Amino acid sequence: MTLPVKFAEDVRALPTHAFGPRSLTWWGVVAFFLIEGTAFALAIGAYFFLEGVEDNWPPDPWLPPGLLWGTLFTVTILASEIPNTIVKRAAQRHDLATARRYMLILLPIFGLLLLFRGLEFTTLNVLWTDNAYGSIIWALLFLHLTHILTDIVDSLVLTALIHTRHGAENRRIVDIAENAMYWRFVWLTWLPIYTLIYWVPRWVA
Amino acid sequence: MTVLTGQDLPRDGEDLQGAALHGRLERTWGDAPGLWGWLTTTDHKRIGKRYVVTAMIFLALGGLLALAMRMQLARPEAGLMTPDRYNQIFTMHGTTMMFLFAVPVMEAFAVYLVPLMIGTRNISFPRLNAFSYYMYLAGGLLLWVAFALNIGPDAGWFAYVPLSGPEFSPGKRTDIWAQMITFTEVAALAVAVELVATILKQRAPGMTLARMPLFVWGVLVTALMVIFSMPSVALASSLLISDRLVGTHFYNQYEHGDPLLWQHLFWFFGHPEVYIIFLPGAGFVSQITETFCRRPVFAYPAMVLALVTIGLLAFGVWVHHMFATGLPRMGYAFYTAATMAVAIPSGVQIFCWIATIWDGRPRFQVPLLYVVAFIITFVIGGLSGVMQASVPIDLQVHDTYFIVAHFHYVLIGGAVFPLLGAITYWFPKFTGRMMGEGLGKVSFWMIFLGFQIAFFPMHLLGMWGMPRRVYTYPAGMGWDEMNLLATIGSFILALGFLLFIADAVKSLYLGRVAEPNPWDAPTLEWATASPPPQYNFAHIPLVTSRVPLWDNRNHLPVVTGLRVDDRELLLTTVMDARPDVREPSALPSIWPLWAALSTTCLFISSIFTPWAIVIGAFPVGAALIAWFWPKSGLSPEPVIE
Repeated sequence: MTLPVKFAEDVRALPTHAFGPRSLTWWGVVAFFLIEGTAFALAIGAYFFLEGVEDNWPPDPWLPPGLLWGTLFTVTILASEIPNTIVKRAAQRHDLATARRYMLILLPIFGLLLLFRGLEFTTLNVLWTDNAYGSIIWALLFLHLTHILTDIVDSLVLTALIHTRHGAENRRIVDIAENAMYWRFVWLTWLPIYTLIYWVPRWVA
Repeated sequence: MTVLTGQDLPRDGEDLQGAALHGRLERTWGDAPGLWGWLTTTDHKRIGKRYVVTAMIFLALGGLLALAMRMQLARPEAGLMTPDRYNQIFTMHGTTMMFLFAVPVMEAFAVYLVPLMIGTRNISFPRLNAFSYYMYLAGGLLLWVAFALNIGPDAGWFAYVPLSGPEFSPGKRTDIWAQMITFTEVAALAVAVELVATILKQRAPGMTLARMPLFVWGVLVTALMVIFSMPSVALASSLLISDRLVGTHFYNQYEHGDPLLWQHLFWFFGHPEVYIIFLPGAGFVSQITETFCRRPVFAYPAMVLALVTIGLLAFGVWVHHMFATGLPRMGYAFYTAATMAVAIPSGVQIFCWIATIWDGRPRFQVPLLYVVAFIITFVIGGLSGVMQASVPIDLQVHDTYFIVAHFHYVLIGGAVFPLLGAITYWFPKFTGRMMGEGLGKVSFWMIFLGFQIAFFPMHLLGMWGMPRRVYTYPAGMGWDEMNLLATIGSFILALGFLLFIADAVKSLYLGRVAEPNPWDAPTLEWATASPPPQYNFAHIPLVTSRVPLWDNRNHLPVVTGLRVDDRELLLTTVMDARPDVREPSALPSIWPLWAALSTTCLFISSIFTPWAIVIGAFPVGAALIAWFWPKSGLSPEPVIE
């Protein structure tokens, strides 16, 4: 027989959702930050490892990547934090209407980002098959492409979802806030990668 | 704005307890009957058991390969197999044991036990848990089906470039190895995320971090190590695949890549991997020692600090696998010191276990026997490890059988012996029946002695110069007797395993029926029935000490008020485990299976064309969207309109 029980405390008055570290979702998202962050950090380590093997970076006669599209991408993704912050704050005060509106505003920004990202690949001035330098430059850009793609698809689905009756659920509002947090991670990881792809070859050379 | 309050919903408590509560919770937490229920379940116990059984099958397969190698090496110049077959076999053996057995079996035990030990109803993200199992299974099948088709990998379990690169390993063998890595890493990382979230947020009220069972501490540290180390091998193998398939040059020295990059990335994962296998083993040892010595583990804070220290040091020693590649002097000194430092927290743990046995009232039943075997074997393996931390010795024994002896002592001693003890110990919880004590002791002695006979001679062989990974050796080298002895030992060991399995199968049907707490153990998993109902606990326990069942012998304090018409979990605060939030747990779903199947198609076809990643992303994305899209009606609890 299992032990007899003694009722000590009742938890029925507890809330059914919470933001930040109080929610399970937040911990899941943070754990994925750690995984992806580690992968990026190691890829950056690999970049410097390969850079250490070369005499010049980029090796002669290759030129550093063109700055235009990467910089436009960077400016746009930084600007996207404005509507993203509005979405996150709206979610936290349960202002569903504002969250819905600004998630729609984010959609064309996502489109623009994907366009710039596509163009970035055309101005790297090196192919992945040329040498190890080309390989790691392409790898970093490709890694980050998968990163933004995942979050954009995730945001699209969530935007659709909160425009249905499910949008009113408390759990969806927590999802909106955590999704906005993930987007911050996406652009934060981009900043070192942008520096490595576009600026380090200029500084080292 | 309408707010529904949900005050009238059924909840456990004074008004709903006993049989009525049981019926209600069974309906809420039960799976669909039959195959559909099997495929859609999100129950951590069903998935955990599945994981354990699958991992044990891979252990048996890996063991058979080991026997094949021992037969080939039993005498000089034997011709049982070709060198190519031998290469495949030692690669398959190492790969299977590390990626398909050791890490998954430890995570599998954690998936089953952690929610029970911390007093919650299910693991966090239970659908991810189901997905993770299917991914693991698919990765294992990929490797073994390939092996059956004679395209098993043959470049060693650590697949060093340039041997594994496109130039020296044409064909698909290495690609299969690298993609198997991707499968098992996805599975392991998913489980690690679930375990961290479960342990930090779902502990029963009152179970502060300082009251957590040591096994749970071990799992927490292990899961964090998985999170920080596995991305490294995933990255390494992705770069290898892209070198092989799309012509990148990460490891190609002719185009300014560097083969040593592979070794750094691989061992940045590979060394922590060893502790990822060992720390849960140490957790088993702590739980078993506590129960069978009838006293809490000696110096709990020191034990926790030792676990955390080992977890941190694990990331600072990978370069000791690369002493033979040539390093700056400072590098040698640093990594030697760091490697030797691991002996300190490991020693602290060993002394604490010995002190627990010394100061307790030990019952030398089968689980505790495995603890003793662990201590002896692991200390021997640890000492040979400290020897190799010294660079001159390492350079001398590098790539010899001394290394083979060393890591089998730490891995089998440090993880497999505790695992066999753990299986015997928790068997009644898993199955509701006890394993046999008599047969258990016979198999214990055969396994313990067989192991020593098989692996101790390898130390000598290594010092006498016998290299690893040779399919045969000439007569007259002075290696014949010790090789024959090792082979005899390996067969005794295998026979012991066979007896162990026979005992388990027999006990499953004929074993003595187990009550909830047959060993008089102190932790929460023993507070519920054996085997536990699907909802784990009728009421969530309230924890007041480190050994709750010893300190509450007459009745167990519990909290009430969770909804019983929905799968509701109690979340508590991270440090103090104060009740904080009630959150629903995911319902059964078929979508994790579809997501795993479509991801499997993507991974396997990407061996043949890189476009598979682009095309395959669509079905994967569709399955994931279907998985996350809410299918139930709106929650009757506060909803904002």
